[in-house]
Amino acid sequence: MYSEKVMEHFRNPRNMGEMPDADGIGTVGNPVCGDLMTIYIKVKDNKIADIKFKTFGCGAAIATSSMITELAKGKTIEEALKITRGDVAGSLGGLPSIKMHCSNLAADGLHAAIEDYLKKKEAEK
Amino acid sequence: MRRVYMDHTAGMPVDERVLEAMIPYFTQNYGNPSSIHSFGNEARSAIDEARNMVSELIGAEKKEEITFTSGGTESNNLAIKGVAYRNKEKGNHIITSSIEHMSVINTCKHLGKQGFKITYIPVDKYGIVDIENLRKEVTDKTILVSIMYANGEIGTIEPVKEIGEVAHSKGAFFHVDAVAAAGQIPIDVQHENIDLLSLSSNDMYGPRGIGALYRKTGTHILPTIHGGGQERGLRSGTENLSGIVGMGKAAEIANTEMKTEAERLSELRNAFIKRILDSIPESYLNGHPTKRLPNNVNFRFRYIEGESLILSLDMEGVACSSGSACTSKTLEPSHVLLAIGIAHEEAHGSLLFTLGKQNTKEDIKYVSGLLPNIVKRLRAISPLTPKELVT
Repeated sequence: MYSEKVMEHFRNPRNMGEMPDADGIGTVGNPVCGDLMTIYIKVKDNKIADIKFKTFGCGAAIATSSMITELAKGKTIEEALKITRGDVAGSLGGLPSIKMHCSNLAADGLHAAIEDYLKKKEAEK
Repeated sequence: MRRVYMDHTAGMPVDERVLEAMIPYFTQNYGNPSSIHSFGNEARSAIDEARNMVSELIGAEKKEEITFTSGGTESNNLAIKGVAYRNKEKGNHIITSSIEHMSVINTCKHLGKQGFKITYIPVDKYGIVDIENLRKEVTDKTILVSIMYANGEIGTIEPVKEIGEVAHSKGAFFHVDAVAAAGQIPIDVQHENIDLLSLSSNDMYGPRGIGALYRKTGTHILPTIHGGGQERGLRSGTENLSGIVGMGKAAEIANTEMKTEAERLSELRNAFIKRILDSIPESYLNGHPTKRLPNNVNFRFRYIEGESLILSLDMEGVACSSGSACTSKTLEPSHVLLAIGIAHEEAHGSLLFTLGKQNTKEDIKYVSGLLPNIVKRLRAISPLTPKELVT
């Protein structure tokens, strides 16, 4: 059902964990629906210096979370905001069509974390 | 890698003896039972014998009360639509439960759109049908009560005899979906007030694509498939000869071996349940602790999701199922788990093991050894897990 790449990320998720001193935190999804994802980012010189995730959900939810951390790490805020759900699925060698909508939340999670960071930065001014 | 199959509700292997019994009916005895020559006679007597075996498994009075179909889904359709269309002059009310198989629920929904009134009886937290509620709902307009013998997902066994009494008290027919129960536990249609009973061959180690409907003499139904009038007009279409022979053999084997096998499986089941509940915090058993199919083990683990559990076990060679939304076509968690009062987020974390003939004590040991670490790993990834559970 899943690509080898999805299974590889499910087996060995990258950057899994919490980040107590995160600059931005984004949580998307809903446990009632079966998927909940939190993305933590650390920003340095307008770049995503570090990124972590925690996810409740199916194989696709965990693999996309892991993949987004790889895609976003080292990118500028502007570049990271351009990462789409399609980019995540594509980098994983595709997702089953039924999963494209419900479990492909990682890009949304990243964008939510960046918005949180930008809001906090704005408030500091 | 060790491979352990514990997903027998999804599909069962065909018993070697069943396969052996079937083989001649592909290449040697291939006559049409409707033909009057010797080839036809041979096919007809093979079908008669199979009909006899199936009727003996469920304690039917006569073998003619068995109609072969294409499987459990067709049997449920035939029973429910058959009673509804034949008896609509008498009434338009059908009662079923909230935990039936989709082939019962969706057939009832279909009839609901055609003017029949459908009542879904709730169940308690173990999945047992509320008989008092049923008693209140049955009226003179009720033509059919359809309740399963046992639930294949949570394993709970229903008080069918009492339910049948309530149905009959108002003159309604009583249909029982026994797909999950037949071949696992004894069934006695006469003693248990059953008018119609659905069976599936594959659920008792027979081939797929074949099933049966028991219809007590005097239970009036209309066919759903029209054609050449086979199966006394109830199910047209040239008989699936090898399938019928296979189902008959499977029923014969079940009838002689069920008791010993049920005892063996119950022991494995109980050991499995105890090991997991003892070794994994915040793990629970879904379904009834004792009124339970011998092969059914259904857990739920808080803070994690079932598909992740299945994938993790699959990587270790273990096959099982889940009631999680992510493993369903509708993206809704199992209606059975919701009906027994389990919250959506917890229903997603359910894991269903259905044991079978090849499973051994060693299999239980193997899976019980793997599962705590898998749950731990997924809980470490989940943002819902309380700190004290992540170490």
